[in-house]
This record gives sequence, C-alpha cells and structure tokens, in this order.
Amino acid sequence: MIEKSIIIPFLIGLIYLSIIFIYRFTKWIRGLSKLDKLRLMQSLKSRRFMLSLKEIFMEGLLHHKIFLKNPILGYMHMSLAFGWFLLILIGHIEVMCAKNSIFVPFHLAIFFRYFETTKNFAFSGVFSFLMDFLLLFVLSGVCMAMLKRFKKQMFGMKRTTRLKTGDRIALISLWLIFPLRLAAESMSANLHGNGSFLTSTFGNFIGNSGSETANFIFWMLYSFSLGFFFIALPNSRYMHIFTEMLFIFVRNAGIKLKKHNNTFTDIQVYSCSRCGLCLDNCQLATAGINNTQSVYILKNIRNKNLTDEQLFNCLLCGKCEVDCPVGINTIDLRITQRIESTLQYNSSYSYLEDIPAQKADVVYFAGCMTHLTPGIISSMKKIFQMSGENVWFMDEEKAPCCGRPLMQAGQYEAASKLIFNNTKKLLGSNAKKLIVSCPICYKVFKEDYELGKMEIVFHAEYILQLIKDNVIKVNNSNERIIYHDPCELGRTMNMYDEPRSVLQETGKLIPVKNEKQTAWCCGGSLGNLKISQEERTILRNQAVEDYLQYKPDILATACPMCKKTFARHREIKVLDISEIITNSISKPTEEKITKQKTKNKIHENEFV
Amino acid sequence: MNDFSYLKPASRQIDFDKFDDRLLLYVLKYELSFATCISCGGCTATCSAGNLTNFNVRKIGLWLRRGETEKLSEEIGKCMFCGKCTLICPRDINIRNVILLIKKRISMLKTEKEMP
Repeated sequence: MIEKSIIIPFLIGLIYLSIIFIYRFTKWIRGLSKLDKLRLMQSLKSRRFMLSLKEIFMEGLLHHKIFLKNPILGYMHMSLAFGWFLLILIGHIEVMCAKNSIFVPFHLAIFFRYFETTKNFAFSGVFSFLMDFLLLFVLSGVCMAMLKRFKKQMFGMKRTTRLKTGDRIALISLWLIFPLRLAAESMSANLHGNGSFLTSTFGNFIGNSGSETANFIFWMLYSFSLGFFFIALPNSRYMHIFTEMLFIFVRNAGIKLKKHNNTFTDIQVYSCSRCGLCLDNCQLATAGINNTQSVYILKNIRNKNLTDEQLFNCLLCGKCEVDCPVGINTIDLRITQRIESTLQYNSSYSYLEDIPAQKADVVYFAGCMTHLTPGIISSMKKIFQMSGENVWFMDEEKAPCCGRPLMQAGQYEAASKLIFNNTKKLLGSNAKKLIVSCPICYKVFKEDYELGKMEIVFHAEYILQLIKDNVIKVNNSNERIIYHDPCELGRTMNMYDEPRSVLQETGKLIPVKNEKQTAWCCGGSLGNLKISQEERTILRNQAVEDYLQYKPDILATACPMCKKTFARHREIKVLDISEIITNSISKPTEEKITKQKTKNKIHENEFV
Repeated sequence: MNDFSYLKPASRQIDFDKFDDRLLLYVLKYELSFATCISCGGCTATCSAGNLTNFNVRKIGLWLRRGETEKLSEEIGKCMFCGKCTLICPRDINIRNVILLIKKRISMLKTEKEMP
C-alpha cells in the first residue's frame, strides 16, 4: 500500500489544476458576447477547426515561429513542449501494450518504471529505448533553459523578463521534474534492470548504493515536483501552455476586441508566455524606458496594477506584434486598455458646426500633421493640377482632426464625435474618392469611417496610378533613396509596395536591413503621450544613424509626422514622396521654349 | 447708458490662502516639462481646435498656473489631441500629456466631490 502513496502528491496537484482550469475556461467562454459565442461554435464545425488544431501542433508543440526567429531558442522550447508531449503519449501506448488493454489508469504511465519491474511484454525494448531517448531530448532542453537564465547573450537575447515569486516556484519545480525522473528511473534500472541506454548507464553509475528506500524516495520526490508544478502553474506564466490552445481557437473564429474589455482580454493576457521576444524589438529600451513593454503591460493587466504612466508610454509602432510567437494583438489590447482608463473624461465637441460641403469628384484631406509640412500640401496641389480632376481641399482652411490621435489617447467616444462630423461633410460632397497624405488619417478613414462607396486612397497609391496612366511623367535622377516605412502605414496597414514603386520611378531605391516589418519608428509617434522630447531624439538618432550607413542622398517617407521628426536632424535630407515626385517631374519641352520666347520678347521690348 | 464697468475692473489679486493648486501640482508631478512654459503662444497659433472655436492653449497654461479650475474644466474638453502644439513647442513641452493630465485630474475632482 505504501508503494502506491507516491502518486498522491501528483494526484493532488493534478486535481487542483483541473478544477482551476475548468473554472477559468468556463468563465472566459461565458464572458464572450453572444455573437462571439456563435462565431466560436460555427468555427468548430467548419474547416477552421482543423486549421486551429494544426496551429496548436505547429505553435504550441513545435514552436515554429520561435524557430524562424532564433533556431536555438526554438529547439529549447520544442524539446520541452514536444518532448514532454511525446513522453506522455508514448508512455501511455507503452502501458497499453504492457497491460494489453486500451483503458489503463492514466497515472500508471507516469510512474511506469516504478510499478512495472519486468521487461517481458511486446516491444518492451523498443519502448524503453524510445522513452530514454525522449527523456534525453527533454533534458537537453532543460539544460539549455538553465543556461539561458544565467547567460542569455548565448541565445542571442539582449533582455529577458524579470521573474516574480510565483513564476520562480513554478520554474524551479519544472526544472527539477526531469532530472528527478532521470534519477528515479536510473534507480529502478539499477534495482530491476528495466532501463535502456540512458537510465541503465546512470543506474550502473549508482552501483551498489541503490536500495528500495532510495528508489522510493526519488520517485516520491519526482511526484512532489510534478505536484508542486501543477499547483504553481495557474498563478505563474506557465498558464500560457493551456490558455494558448483556447486562444488559437478563439482567434481563428475571428473574435476581436471591440473597443472595450471582455474575457478575450483575459484569454490573451493569460496566453502570454513572457518569453520576452517583444523586449528586444521595442525601441523604447534605447531611450532607457524599461517597464512599459507589452510583456509587462500584459503582466500588469493580469495582476491588476497597471498605471497610466506605463499604459501611455508606448509608441504603438507595432513591432512587438511582429515577433510575438503567440500572436497576441498587443496594440488593440493596449488601446482598449486606454479607452477603459479614460472613459470618465471624454469630450463632446458641441462647438462643431456643419459646414456645407462642396460638390467635387475627389476630396483631399490633408490632416493636421500635413498642415505642419506645407511642402507636402503645395506638391499635392501641383499634382492635382496636373491630374486635372475636380478636387475639393476639405481642410484647407478649417476642419476637425480625423480622430486618430484621440483614439490613440484612448478617447474613443470623443473621436467618434469628430468622425461623425467629418463623415457628414464627406458624404455631402458626393465624391467618389478621398485622398489622404497622412498615414495616421489613412488608418482611421479606412477602419473607423463608414463612407459607403467612397474609395479611400493614400497619396502614394494615387501618384502611382497617375504615373501608370501617363498623366505625370517623371525623370529618373539616379539619386540614392532610402524609404522609411511609417508605422501607421506599414505594420498596421500593410502598405509596403506602393510607395516603393513610386520611388523606383524617380531614383535608385536602396534596400536596407531594417525595413518593412522590422522598420524603425521615427520616434515622433502620437501614440506615446508620456515620452519626453529628449527621449524622442534618442530614438530618432538611432534610426537616422542606421540609415546614414547606406549613404543616401534622400531619406524618403510617406508620413508628414516622420518627415517633421527627421527634419530636425541636420545630416539627412528628408522629403515626402509627393515632394520627390514634383521635384522630378519632367516639364514639357515646348513650355520651356515658349517661356524663353516670351522672355526674349520682353527683352526686345525693353531695348526698344 | 454706456457700460463703463471696465474702468473699474475687479480685483485681480491672487489670494494664496484660496489658491487652488490641485491641478498644477498633479500636472507637474507627472509632466515636469510644463514648468518651462514661456507662454509664447505658438501652440495657440497652430491649434486645430482653436481654428474652429474659441480655444486657447496658452491660456490653458496660464489658468493652470493661476489655479482657475472652473475655467479649465469648461475649456479643456475642446482639445482634439491632434498633437500639433507638442510638435511646434519651442520648449519641447509635452502639451498633449499636460492636457490629458488636466482632463484626468478634473474628472477625479468631480468624483471626489460626489463622494463627501
């Protein structure tokens, strides 16, 4: 009977864990809105179910995304997750073979070598070899994890997350599980000879000092480490192992956060493994800001101690989302959190008037930032002149802001007031096209305005179309151009190619290392309300110094905000796409001649 | 009769016993850069909201320093957070944050009053 007692710590841990899981999962699913629940049910019936299962296998077990980013780190995670999974799976098959039955008690596989001392069932040799091999596989991962904790540079990581007490207990018990299993199995192999290459070797190493009591003690310790891990798991970061599965199902069902918190926030928060990959991507660390990165925000939401200082100190550049192995939508999560925290003080903007709209085919909305860069406005005007279209410059004199800066500050209700006012005017103009020259406006027009059939065009797209239609003819000047991807246009709106194709027409576009998905943020972002100007300067210099390595003649950008920020740097010439185009437009030769003729005529007259 | 009351303006003395520094101290605690404001008025000149209505960012700063909580709570809601003022500020003051902090503190004061 006393032999059986070794399963007790393990069993207690497992029962506790199961209760917590069932409680949390039902709470989360019940907390979703009715529509979201319906979506989830529908997705379970369709092909998405198989896709989700595939994703769970690829990400939850194999850690495919981490592999792509960093193979060593990927191997470490895979050996722990996939190795442990196989250990459980093959362990069960082994027990089934040994007992000649499909229904076997589940704990038997975990303590199999303790209870089953003989080696006389089918394929027993193959199984014990496999189990030893898998144990070695997992142990290699554990060794790497320990090494990583103390020497993270070896794994290509600059920073790693700080641990809390709960995490530490879980981490230590997780580290102990597999070495203890090795010790226990080796002890059994020494006594009963039921091991394979690994456990037998270790068993021989122990030699005569092995005894039944020592065997019992080691198996007991193994059981305790498992039990401890299971009890510590719900309050540690390892909660992500199981939450991630639910998260994949929920995300693949198309459920998104809609400007207010619901249990999807909790699911995402608990899915974060705190791997710290977002830390290395975040530029704020360069400026010495080290407590506002996504991983800490997620942790603070979970622990309910999030401060405004942390929440609003983020550029919303979206770099952390790019490499998140779990695929958490950190930007939406943060903006939702901002909306919730500023709910008490929104504005009504009762002073907004309904200024009558002007009928036109095309509306141009410059936006607040473009008004600070008059060069862009004058080039846009020139381009419109050449296109010959009937354009209404909507905010030439006065118009409300587009609403995006308010949204980034979390003032969603206030922003919707501005959106309502602008929408009325836009629809009143009966235009077919809305052209914007600012990515900040572009995003909000695309995502939050309901403009019916009106097409929203970014100025790079518009210029590209004009060049293709031969309305504008440009000269290729062979200048070296680097294109800086604005965060709001690139990572969040996925427009990378249009500005590049425009620039290829006018100069020599140089590819740089940090572009597209991994492009720098200029540091000027409106998303960050807390960062000081000095810190912004550090971020800007970081980007500019990287660009200067390539010795460009011009730094091109498609965002007035980025232009304004870079323009403060003295060593680099920054131009917006529209300015580069108007500079390189080839003037028709006839016009030049006529101008010369008129000049000559004037001179002649003067002589007379 | 003509209104000559402007010839006899009300006292503009600041009574330091009644001086309401709750907003100012809160702003300075989280955004110290406001202390360097020289009231140049660049922010007001570029302001998008100021273009549409009677809204003056420079005055917001002045009222903040004078502790005029009531005037501030009437006016502060007009800001559109577009960020132009922050970009053009010659003293590099993070004006957007100043406005956000004022808004937050005012809403905190309101809830404080409701709960005696």
